[in-house]
Amino acid sequence: MEKSIKKYWPVFVIPTFTAFIIGFAWPFLQGLYLSFCQFITIDRANFNGIANYIYALTEEQFGYSFWFTSLFAIVSTLCINIAGLAIALALTRGIRGTNLFRSVFFMPNLIGGIVLGYIWNILLNCALTLLGKPLLSLHAPYGFIGLVILMCWQQIGYMMIIYIAGLQAIPNDYLEAARIDGATEWQTLWKVKLPNLMPSITICLFLSLTNGFKLFDQNLALTGGDPAHATEMLALNIYQTFYGRSGPQWKGYGQAKAVIFCILVIVISLLQLRSTRSKEVQQ
Amino acid sequence: MEHRHSIKDTIKSVILAILSLAWVYPVFMILFNSLKQETSITTGTAFELPTSETFAGLMNYINALTSQGFLSAFWYSLVVTITSVVLILICCSMCAWFITRVNTWYSKALYYLFVFSMVVPFQMLMFTLSATADRLHLSSPYTICIIYLGFGAGLAVFMFCGFMKSIPIEIEEAAMIDGCSPIKTFFQVVLPILKPTLISVGILETMWLWNDYLLPYLVLDRTKGYMTIPILIQYFRGSYGRVEMGPMMASIMMNIIPIIVVYLLCQKHIIKGVAAGAVKG
Repeated sequence: MEKSIKKYWPVFVIPTFTAFIIGFAWPFLQGLYLSFCQFITIDRANFNGIANYIYALTEEQFGYSFWFTSLFAIVSTLCINIAGLAIALALTRGIRGTNLFRSVFFMPNLIGGIVLGYIWNILLNCALTLLGKPLLSLHAPYGFIGLVILMCWQQIGYMMIIYIAGLQAIPNDYLEAARIDGATEWQTLWKVKLPNLMPSITICLFLSLTNGFKLFDQNLALTGGDPAHATEMLALNIYQTFYGRSGPQWKGYGQAKAVIFCILVIVISLLQLRSTRSKEVQQ
Repeated sequence: MEHRHSIKDTIKSVILAILSLAWVYPVFMILFNSLKQETSITTGTAFELPTSETFAGLMNYINALTSQGFLSAFWYSLVVTITSVVLILICCSMCAWFITRVNTWYSKALYYLFVFSMVVPFQMLMFTLSATADRLHLSSPYTICIIYLGFGAGLAVFMFCGFMKSIPIEIEEAAMIDGCSPIKTFFQVVLPILKPTLISVGILETMWLWNDYLLPYLVLDRTKGYMTIPILIQYFRGSYGRVEMGPMMASIMMNIIPIIVVYLLCQKHIIKGVAAGAVKG
């Protein structure tokens, strides 16, 4: 059977693979090469070694964006996962209206980042005006908090769904055994539910951390990086370097930043997957 | 004991109910603001319900529909989403079947390439990708699906491979022994078994495509007026000196309403799809 399928490889593989080359592999390699060049268009690129990387790594704004993004990713990951898990625990106990609550909490995930950003921009700015505080785009700490609130509103529902699926997969025998042994609810949570939930926790931490690092749409729509680039995250910083400035050097810098960003995201994903995988219990 | 339990649950229900009201409020706020007159939508009064003086009826909606290019943006969004999802589902499921059933070095290499592409952030290739699309004349809403197939292949192939491993190979073998060609086997035997997975992947891809902003913004040729809804909403803010809040709110609502209708109709599939996608991820 394997042989006869193999003979048909052009039908099965070629369409996806061609598109993959056009839509990923070729631009990726070209981007890698261009990060060592000075260029405005792709055809006119002059090789200039690692000058772009030296610039990118020494630029103050890029470093600031890195720390801002890291802080944001960590804070939002913690908030989203603690709240998502808490709601999931509450919703797996057969409370009345469970289905309705679940639907409502998941709803924001269906709305795109740009739209979400504007909705919250209007809402938070109105709240701040009524409180007599400076607007989102004038005060960086508010921008940061606003981004965290927005991300929580969007992602808690998604993580909740994954945690609910994980909780429902725990065999009832375990919970019964714990109850018969006289474990309190708190003990059951820490000693039975959480260890068995480690695969879900791994996935959720992974998703929310990488989402936090790659965040672009929400950042653009909520604060746009204002005031004075103080809420500009890595993805937006790269975008601004590419398209927000004129001058022959900027696209090269932007591409070098993008390569660094890419490596960063890959390293974080690998480290994170490894560190939480090792805590999973064997079933 | 029983009694205490039920009180605790009631308290929890109340807390959850309050929380879910807070969850719905932002959308509700946009809804009533979209019914206000343009001049009455200001930063400080966004929480106020429309009064008889500020109520504008459907004016903003009519305005957005007639003058702001909403209809064409809606059409383009629809075209991009549907063509891309269909293409991704068919091509990626075929490719994934090949990868799981043919056990050679290059099918493994292909699999890891796809997995790798899932992690890479879009900023890494945004400039070169839009240049490539331009050169190959793929920058219209009718051809952008090829770009999406390439860029979105990673997730789809990965998910299909995960599910495909659990399908018993004997059914396919029986079909082949009975004289089915691999193509016939795939479309008549494998695809029907794969239906739940197709729905899950389709939903995840639709959620992504309908809301995607940066890729169509950079790839689509805007000189020909190609805009999807997220681009249009961003455009309201970006290029006017003054933001036209009324039509923008109406456009946001008209972007959300179809999503919510679809969500209410196939909620079960969506939630199941998300959970299944995460388990395999």
